[in-house]
Amino acid sequence: MADNFDLIVVGGGPGGYVAAIRAAQLKMKVAVVEAKHLGGICLNWGCIPTKALLRSAEVKHLLDHAGEFGISAENVKVDLPKVVARSRAVSKQLSGGIGHLLKKNKVTVYDGYGKLMGGGYLAVSRDGKPVAQLAAPHIILATGARPRQIPGLEVDGKQIISYFEAMVPETLPKSLLIMGSGAIGIEFASFYATLGTQVTVVEMMDRILPVEDAEISALARKSFEKQGMKILTSATVKKAEKGAASVKVTVEAGGKEQVFEVEKVISAVGIVGNVENIGLENTKVKVERTHIVVDGYARTAEPGVYAIGDVAGPPWLAHKASHEGVVCVEAIAGLNPHPFETWNIPGCTYARPQVASVGLTEEKAKAAGHEVKVGRFPFIGNGKAIALGEPEGLIKTIFDAKTGALLGAHMIGAEVTEMIQGYVIARQLETTEAELMHTIFPHPTISEAMHESVLDAFGQVIHF
Amino acid sequence: MAINILMPALSPTMTEGKLAKWLKAEGDEVKSGDIIAEIETDKATMEVEAVDEGYLAKIVVPEGSEGVAVNAVIGILTATKGEAVTAPAAAAPAPVAAAPAPAAALAPAPTAASPAAAQGERVFASPLAKRIAKQAGIDLASVKGSGPGGRIVKGDLDGAPAHAPVASPAPAAAPAPVAAPAPKPAAPAPAIAAPHKAIPHSTMRKVIARRLTESKQSVPHFYLNLDIELDALLKLRAELNAKSPKEGAGAFKLSVNDLIIKACGVALKRHPGVNASWTDEAIVQYDEVDISVAVAIPDGLITPIVKGADRLGLAAISNAMKDLAARAKAGKLKPEEFQGGGFSISNLGMFGISSFSAIINPPQAAILAVGAGEKRAVVKGDAIVAATVMTATLSVDHRVIDGALGAEFLATLKKLIEEPLSLLL
Repeated sequence: MADNFDLIVVGGGPGGYVAAIRAAQLKMKVAVVEAKHLGGICLNWGCIPTKALLRSAEVKHLLDHAGEFGISAENVKVDLPKVVARSRAVSKQLSGGIGHLLKKNKVTVYDGYGKLMGGGYLAVSRDGKPVAQLAAPHIILATGARPRQIPGLEVDGKQIISYFEAMVPETLPKSLLIMGSGAIGIEFASFYATLGTQVTVVEMMDRILPVEDAEISALARKSFEKQGMKILTSATVKKAEKGAASVKVTVEAGGKEQVFEVEKVISAVGIVGNVENIGLENTKVKVERTHIVVDGYARTAEPGVYAIGDVAGPPWLAHKASHEGVVCVEAIAGLNPHPFETWNIPGCTYARPQVASVGLTEEKAKAAGHEVKVGRFPFIGNGKAIALGEPEGLIKTIFDAKTGALLGAHMIGAEVTEMIQGYVIARQLETTEAELMHTIFPHPTISEAMHESVLDAFGQVIHF
Repeated sequence: MAINILMPALSPTMTEGKLAKWLKAEGDEVKSGDIIAEIETDKATMEVEAVDEGYLAKIVVPEGSEGVAVNAVIGILTATKGEAVTAPAAAAPAPVAAAPAPAAALAPAPTAASPAAAQGERVFASPLAKRIAKQAGIDLASVKGSGPGGRIVKGDLDGAPAHAPVASPAPAAAPAPVAAPAPKPAAPAPAIAAPHKAIPHSTMRKVIARRLTESKQSVPHFYLNLDIELDALLKLRAELNAKSPKEGAGAFKLSVNDLIIKACGVALKRHPGVNASWTDEAIVQYDEVDISVAVAIPDGLITPIVKGADRLGLAAISNAMKDLAARAKAGKLKPEEFQGGGFSISNLGMFGISSFSAIINPPQAAILAVGAGEKRAVVKGDAIVAATVMTATLSVDHRVIDGALGAEFLATLKKLIEEPLSLLL
């Protein structure tokens, strides 16, 4: 006898639990099936614990530079186990919070792996043993993703590690080579470099943070190199030879091979969707390159089966997963929401300096045929940034010259991850430069640089 | 003490109107029954009579203000001359005839009520959508918004009709599908570069444009033509007019149109299916035979109603029509005199028009377009003889009236007009 629900969500990450709560708000009887931790990678092994680690690194950075602020701080030491313990405690606290939220919304949580059995049935098993049989007319797959492995450079968990191990170091490695310069690779690079590790970043593309605007990417590289990182772009790792206490990594760049001997290698070369062992073979669900194919309402090729978040394709971001889940559930409930769209999803990298962006890069805007007006405002012209001792940064805005649409915004510098939402709202409301120019930004804040960047795009910048 | 003068509702459905004119100036003495202002609605100008006595201390809404909400304070009356008034008095008993309830407290700014709503319904659109629409010449009023609360967003403008030349090829000139699924948004007027004079739309012009566009686009019209001989009717008319007293209450002078109104009244009584309206739930057949008669007036047209046209005598119809037409031209019709009706007649015979097709006046289901009575050669038996003939064209809403019913109605009308003595019964 199956337990009947209106909706079953497989996976309790930021896509799954948000979808479940929204469905409960819409009076559905909801189950969540989660094998490990509520909150998913985001909360337990991703977004949140890394922010805790980076905060520790930031505190160290400030103490290292305390003298510049007239404060003396001697003998600053990093207690790595405590840094890690704090990060784990933050995850644990928030994961527990998700449990309470689901309980408050009367969502039933099943501890185990879910597997589609076809016809609206889902089997739940734990340690290979069946624990429950569930049934619902709607099943959302929110099973997430896991690190991609490169043949010959597979993660062994000791010398070649993924974000899981990189997040809980027992000792601080003297040297690290990081494969991949996306948000994950760069955040770890920033964390370890600040704590004192010699970091080398190897990126296949011609620049780091390849999804960002080229100008921002170049500024980030300059800043990281100033901090002592080695960065190789248009470079590939050919092989890794493991020794007793080090790994010899051969990197090819510009036709030349270089060998780096490092203590550990972090593999951050992307992710693959978790599409295995969830019973897709019992359905018509289509999978392309490890991701489930969905439409704007997260519908798969199998009626009644939906997929959201990382398993349903890029961008692989928690906030994408959550929103996709909400749209999916509201469509199921007949609320007729707008289909999910990717044109206004911000992306943030919490390195030092921070990087945040939304919309088209200048290059992509031009490639799409827009005649553009570009505004730039450096932090050096912003009073608050100077007062904070954060004079490095730039806010770049890209407008369609004809319509005044804000095509993209790209920011690097202190607190930009907290500020990008201003542009995201502006874009969602379809404001033009006119409304942004007539918006009063509070003084003194770094956000004034957002205003100035818009003014600059139209030749009206005040402070630069 | 101060008394608020409120914007009166001239009809149950009226929500706003134009304060056309103040007939009293600030400081003037006002007696009960004095006409203090003129209000213009969709079709009529109405006079506002004072109920209370006193002095017009303050004009809150200046004349010429459009979109003045019903029950808004338009002026303030005080008991004594020169009494200081700075803001509308707190809700006081409504001093103006027909104003049902005391006004809700209104913003004291005199113009607050007028300009925002003056343009008609507010269109909610994103700033970007507004700008793109302006650049492309898209009328936002014709676009359906898909954003929160129906707000128009950029994406809604894709495919909206624009006058500006665009790169995409013009659609092939395919015949329009017979059953268009939904009314298309009105194409915006092109921006005109040639030297010209722009005549701002009057309220009436806007109503004519809106209602007739809606009718022609959403009502499936079809047309029936029939030639009707008028000689017998003209003879009867001459005989009856000759019997009218020269002057006084009983005097009349029947027009051909009066007789046609009567004939239509009788025909509608016999074919109640034509005296009807389409609604989503049902076809509504009217109990009374009320006929709207189109009357040209200086800046448009209006359709005063001859009520009970099947029952009224010819002299009564004639005199009622004369009175309605005169007051229509003066803009003095009361709303109930032009709102309603189950059928319309439009007669352009006096201009020599032989025949034309009229647009149905919604929610009615049919309109008769009457052409000029003219001498034409007709075949009677095997001989060609001269007869006075007019062509009548019935425009019909096919949702309500099928071809056979429309034809039967026209045949009845023809018989009534060609054998007009039955109209006297």
